Amino acid sequence: MKELKILAVIATLVGITYYGIEPYAHHVMHPEVKAADFTFGDLKNVDTKLAGNVENGKTLVEANCLACHAIEKAGHPAMMPNADSAASYGVVPPDLSHAGRIYDKNYLANFIFDPVSAMHLSHKYPVGGTKTFPMPSYNWMTPQEIMDVVSYLQSVAPKVADNAEGHKVTFEAACGRCHSMKYGQLEATTPADVIKAYMGATPPDLSQYIKSRGEHYLHGFINDPQVLLTGTSMPRVGLNAKAQEEVIAYMEETGDRKKAEREATGLYVMIYTFVFAMLAYLWKRKIWSEVH
Amino acid sequence: MAEFKPADSLYEWFDQRLGIDKFVKVMMTEYWIPKNINFLWAMGVLLTVMFTILLVSGIFLLMYYKPDMNMAFDSVNYTIMQEVGYGWLFRHVHAVGASVVFLIIYIHMFTGIYYGSYKKGRELIWISGMLLFVLFSAEGFSGYMLPWGQMSYWAAYVITEIFGGIPVIGGDLVVWIRGNFYVSDSTLTRFFMLHVLLIPIAILGAIVVHFYALRFPHVNNEEGEFFDFDKEADKYLAGDKKGSKVVPFWPVFLSKDFFVLGFFLLFFFYLVFFHYGFAMDPVNFDKADNLKTPAHIYPEWYFLWSYEVLRGFFFEIAGISGKSLGLIAFAFANGIFLVLPWLDRSPMVKPANQRPYFKYWFWFLMVDLIVLTIFGKLPPTGANAWVGFASSVTFLLLFIALPFITRAEAKKVGGK
Amino acid sequence: MENESRRGFIGKAFGAVAAVGGVASLLAMKKTWDPLPSVMSAGFTTVDVSALEANKLDIVVWRGKPIFILKYTEDMKPTEGRSVKVGDYYYSVMIGLCTHLGCIPGYEEDKKLFKCACHGGEYSADGKNTFGPPPRPLDLPPFKIDGTTLVLGEEGPEYKAMMAKAGGA
Repeated sequence: MKELKILAVIATLVGITYYGIEPYAHHVMHPEVKAADFTFGDLKNVDTKLAGNVENGKTLVEANCLACHAIEKAGHPAMMPNADSAASYGVVPPDLSHAGRIYDKNYLANFIFDPVSAMHLSHKYPVGGTKTFPMPSYNWMTPQEIMDVVSYLQSVAPKVADNAEGHKVTFEAACGRCHSMKYGQLEATTPADVIKAYMGATPPDLSQYIKSRGEHYLHGFINDPQVLLTGTSMPRVGLNAKAQEEVIAYMEETGDRKKAEREATGLYVMIYTFVFAMLAYLWKRKIWSEVH
Repeated sequence: MAEFKPADSLYEWFDQRLGIDKFVKVMMTEYWIPKNINFLWAMGVLLTVMFTILLVSGIFLLMYYKPDMNMAFDSVNYTIMQEVGYGWLFRHVHAVGASVVFLIIYIHMFTGIYYGSYKKGRELIWISGMLLFVLFSAEGFSGYMLPWGQMSYWAAYVITEIFGGIPVIGGDLVVWIRGNFYVSDSTLTRFFMLHVLLIPIAILGAIVVHFYALRFPHVNNEEGEFFDFDKEADKYLAGDKKGSKVVPFWPVFLSKDFFVLGFFLLFFFYLVFFHYGFAMDPVNFDKADNLKTPAHIYPEWYFLWSYEVLRGFFFEIAGISGKSLGLIAFAFANGIFLVLPWLDRSPMVKPANQRPYFKYWFWFLMVDLIVLTIFGKLPPTGANAWVGFASSVTFLLLFIALPFITRAEAKKVGGK
Repeated sequence: MENESRRGFIGKAFGAVAAVGGVASLLAMKKTWDPLPSVMSAGFTTVDVSALEANKLDIVVWRGKPIFILKYTEDMKPTEGRSVKVGDYYYSVMIGLCTHLGCIPGYEEDKKLFKCACHGGEYSADGKNTFGPPPRPLDLPPFKIDGTTLVLGEEGPEYKAMMAKAGGA
């Protein structure tokens, strides 16, 4: 009884200290911010309820987008090697093969209408400023035309498997133009010196971001970087919830690939240690019965 | 023993040459420990086991770790964590073990303070124990640098920078410790040497001294009672096991320790596999970058209380800069525990709750250390800075007041 | 009797020699911990600033830190306590780490200001924080002026005068 009391005192002191230096300190240093919004409800330039026409979208894309963008999956390869296109635009323009799948519909439509406001980068590309975003606004298109383009992009996007391979494809499409993933042998498609000049700082290698930032932070950050890191030059990329989950899954599969083994081993070790502890207890009782 | 009889068995052969029988008696079956103890008396064995676990896991980490500022980070986080078979297990055990070993050290230390196990002949047990604490701190600090993450780098930067506050030689001393003007490859390699060789050897030596120091004054007991160990041992050997006040180290004392160890390991492995974030700071999974300071720099939790004493003095008092005051207070905080046996002027060897004045001092100290630890992690802004200041001053005052409190207590209890 | 004192003397002499050896090897060990000559010489960076182009940022590395050296154009006014006169021209000589979180700001020549890409902090050409989260101006490295060259890492009279001004302000 007395020993349990001692244990309770120690547990209380340790518990208070732990609460102070872990959950509480974490809460102070990283205050909660608003939750991720996958509807991108702040973007209202395009009426996304309009049903798009795939055929018309195809015509519009071929006339307006292919000068810069590749759509490999629809038979439109890139015009020039990555290094050259990066040199001309500042960053490799994305291949739009997966655009219809990974981007939220509302975001994509509003992005075409005005990229800078959709990306939350008006601080970097102010109206009338010296820098301009490489892609022009297509605000001269009618909402119907924009929705046609969106529908076309959705129609060409291939499905990917729900496994590490598929997650990797999504990661490359969503993040791979700027970010490297050393532990996954992925190098950013835009050359390092070019992307540094374009962004103002080298975008970090994401190999250990699943550990250094954690799933919770990544979840909010990818959805809208400005909320957690005001002023950053990383754009809001507009991934839908599923694509974002796939990106984070890939980050875990490269940055913490022993997770499953760790959790399974942990269980066995705990069971073993419990048996060890119980037998130690019984043995101790037997031995001490002789001296008490 | 001039002549050897031919041995009848392998055991006897060894016994003739190594005196196994006698050795086992002295070290195990006739090494006497008081019977009146609780589970807090198992912390020593827990620490021995933890040190062994750290040593073994460290040896395996050493197989793939590369002490080079360009390779260290990836050798830990890619090679060891993701490629080497069960490399992650050794890293987790090592990192969490290094944190938990300090929890047990603190429990062990404050058990000693609570039960007065540092005086009346036990001074050297206390001093060798505090020496071990210092060595473990150095081991923890040097080891934390090795993964070469952002927190490794900047904690090393901030802590080595502390020596810069020493008058006259400070600036040169910092450069000398680092082997460069900033924390760099030379710093990593020398701390690597300290971590894997010099300090572990010193720890092993200090453990031997610590154990040996227990032999003559004997282990304390729950009531602080002094009795004749030889007489009680004879009683035990004569068969009066229940009446004797002592038990042999093996198997009786150790059986209790193993029981405590079993449940402790359950807690430990839970942390290792499922709750390791407190010991493996997320910030440290960013590679060290000498051009980019993290938003918050803090040492590992077990250094927080003394770190807070250091930065608690953030303004000038009587013409002495806050930095110098903090440094003086920091030196005081780290040295004062060593002389505790001479600060406690009361002759009482009793658990704190049976000592009229000391009990208040003890619990006040516990609360103050917890406050220091918590605020040592929080950003030192606004009210936090003042709480830090107040608790740092309280810490100093507690130790300055201790001789007076205990002298008054000695008077009250009449030298008992 | 005589024998004993001789033994005492030899014993003491032996002890003394052993102690000398011990101290000597300690000294050698201390030396092993010293920064290497290459590190020490890298601790003092010499830059010839006369050939720099005005309004073009030059970055040199000193003790692992980027040092900004910016030559002023005719129309840029020097700031007392921050601008350094070397020869006939004024320069900004500053540690190029944002005082907010240690990123390296970039120099925008058209606006004559430093902008930090990490969190949008801005500094004027003389390093004063003018916008955003930075809490104080860019730090100044110790330097000495030697003709038209700057020696970073040594504290010259100009640097000391600037520090005295900053301390008084």
